[in-house]
Amino acid sequence: MQPIEIDTNMPSLTLSHLHPGDTATIVSIHAEEALHQRLLALGFRSGKQIELIRRASFSGPLQVRIGTTDILLRRNEAAKITVCQP
Amino acid sequence: MKRIALLGMPNTGKSTLFNRMTGGAARVGNWPGITVDLLSGKILLGSDMVEIIDLPGIYDLHGFSDDEQVVRHFLHDNIPDLALVILNATQIERQMSLLLQLRQLNMNIVVLLNMSDEARKYGISIDSKKMSEMLGMPIFQLSGKYGTGYQEALQAITKALRYPTPGMAEQLRSQLEQDEHIESEMARVLKHAVQVPAQLPENLTDKLDRFMLHPWLGLPIFFGIMYLLFQGIFLLGQPLQGWVGAALGWLRVTALDPACAGLPVWLHGLLLDGIYNGVATVAAFVPIIILFFLFMAMVEDSGYLSRAAFLMDALMARMGLDGRGFVMLLMGFGCNVPALMGTRVMRSRSLRLLTMLVIPFSLCSARLQVFVFITAALFSPKAAPVVLFSLYLFSFAAAILTALLFKSKFQNNEPFVLELPPYRFPTARQMLLRGWLEVRHFLSRATQFIVAGVVLVWLLTHLPPSAAPGSADTLAGMLGDVFHPLFEPIGINDQLMIALLFGFIAKEIVIGSLAVIYGLSGDALGHALGQQLDWVQAYSFMLFTLIYTPCLSAIATLHNEAKDLRYTLFVLGWSLALAWAVSFVFYQGARALGY
Repeated sequence: MQPIEIDTNMPSLTLSHLHPGDTATIVSIHAEEALHQRLLALGFRSGKQIELIRRASFSGPLQVRIGTTDILLRRNEAAKITVCQP
Repeated sequence: MKRIALLGMPNTGKSTLFNRMTGGAARVGNWPGITVDLLSGKILLGSDMVEIIDLPGIYDLHGFSDDEQVVRHFLHDNIPDLALVILNATQIERQMSLLLQLRQLNMNIVVLLNMSDEARKYGISIDSKKMSEMLGMPIFQLSGKYGTGYQEALQAITKALRYPTPGMAEQLRSQLEQDEHIESEMARVLKHAVQVPAQLPENLTDKLDRFMLHPWLGLPIFFGIMYLLFQGIFLLGQPLQGWVGAALGWLRVTALDPACAGLPVWLHGLLLDGIYNGVATVAAFVPIIILFFLFMAMVEDSGYLSRAAFLMDALMARMGLDGRGFVMLLMGFGCNVPALMGTRVMRSRSLRLLTMLVIPFSLCSARLQVFVFITAALFSPKAAPVVLFSLYLFSFAAAILTALLFKSKFQNNEPFVLELPPYRFPTARQMLLRGWLEVRHFLSRATQFIVAGVVLVWLLTHLPPSAAPGSADTLAGMLGDVFHPLFEPIGINDQLMIALLFGFIAKEIVIGSLAVIYGLSGDALGHALGQQLDWVQAYSFMLFTLIYTPCLSAIATLHNEAKDLRYTLFVLGWSLALAWAVSFVFYQGARALGY
């Protein structure tokens, strides 16, 4: 089977790459239906500003802030959200 | 009767408002997903009785988890006359999407922007009149916690109920179209009616979290807080327990003994040595239990549970669980039943089953009573709190071991995405309500199980009438003979074993039945146990009590949630086997070491 090519020209930056204190803009969300719904409801929408507040130790979850909502999510999930930094 | 449904995202204060409206006693806490079931109450609005239904929070109408399905089924089967949609005003930016989804169902809606006190602190200003005009729905700002704006909202609700119940749109437009529509609509309303400061001022939550969620201080702080809480409960609770016990003993000597003096010996024995001794010994724990739940309520309401989930998720992930599972274990410290039901927020069935497999090891408040009693009887006042804390560690160890052993059987890849609410302080009203709830819960269990349990134990130890009470010829003695070979290797004598058999129904019965078996109550019972047992036997007994099953209600709940008899039997079998094995290793090990 051929590996699925996503975007070979530009290595995309995801939420999981950000450092505490970094701010970025959400570009797109590549998650399955159910997770996508939940992320939308929590305020993850393309074009929204997102800030990485902190990372838990032992490669634990990330704390991010969108508007006035703070959200915890695992690095796996964060890797499904592409972002761009100014 | 007209029906009002409370709808909104998780942790927006629906239950707090429900309690305020109905004078009801829904459990509240600063944790998204604390309500997982329907709760209804009736109130007089205007001149009509109205039924109010508190529903679990939902993120959207297409949710996949069990608690969200509860809501969907409810809305499908009973169209409410009025949907009271509650939004967290501080998060209006994103919560409006749910409101717009609900509006498409063509229901009669009144919107309440809750936590307006918090929103003001954040500098968020909402023009609810303007928003109301744009959306064509009545919108009110209030604080469910403090009650400001409540009366106004109530009037609007009464008025809205006069309109006829609209039907629900049969078919909704295709989802994509809908959501695109919602997004532009949301942007339009927000732009005109809401102002959010670009940069939130650093608040108390941020400052606290810098310590509480510190990369390497966070976990030690967590365990420190837990240790202090349990120390506090023990230090404050024990004198109270002593006083209540003494008062109940005094009541018996001064009032009940003379009053029952004329009764036949057997009836006198059943009433006083059976029921009164049994129930009084258990009732002495009420102050500790109230204290325990006041502390629990403080932790739950503060928002610290979500922080615990953040800190522990990485470790839980290695056991095939997640941070929410850890929070359920903590909630299980109060009572396993709501913790088991709390797993409804998980979508993956495997993850739910694995979490429900470990929750019963969580040392609930009923087991705490047994341990407080036994440790006070067998250990020095200095050692007792440490022994108690060691049992909490065993409780975690049993859960961890179980999860590690069975995680491959319950594999899942459920995403972990959780809201982190700000820290909040519970009001005195909320704390008192919670304390009262627990007293009521205890009293209902007392009347259901404890009395029946102690009467049964009394009969077992006094029948047949020809046998000397408590001797080997009684029914209890015969039961003891049957199970003796099983319990002898783990250091549990026949009297304790009878108490354990009944403890299967509810742990509150354990101490009550010991009181009946020994014919003693309170301190005298503790003293007798101290004479008869050594610490190794007592600890082995406590380990077995901790692990072998929480109670019949928990098992019934587990079965109800999993709806799989094989799974329920597996959970039961595993916990019994583990309890025996742990007690065996401990007891024989300690004996081999010469203790």
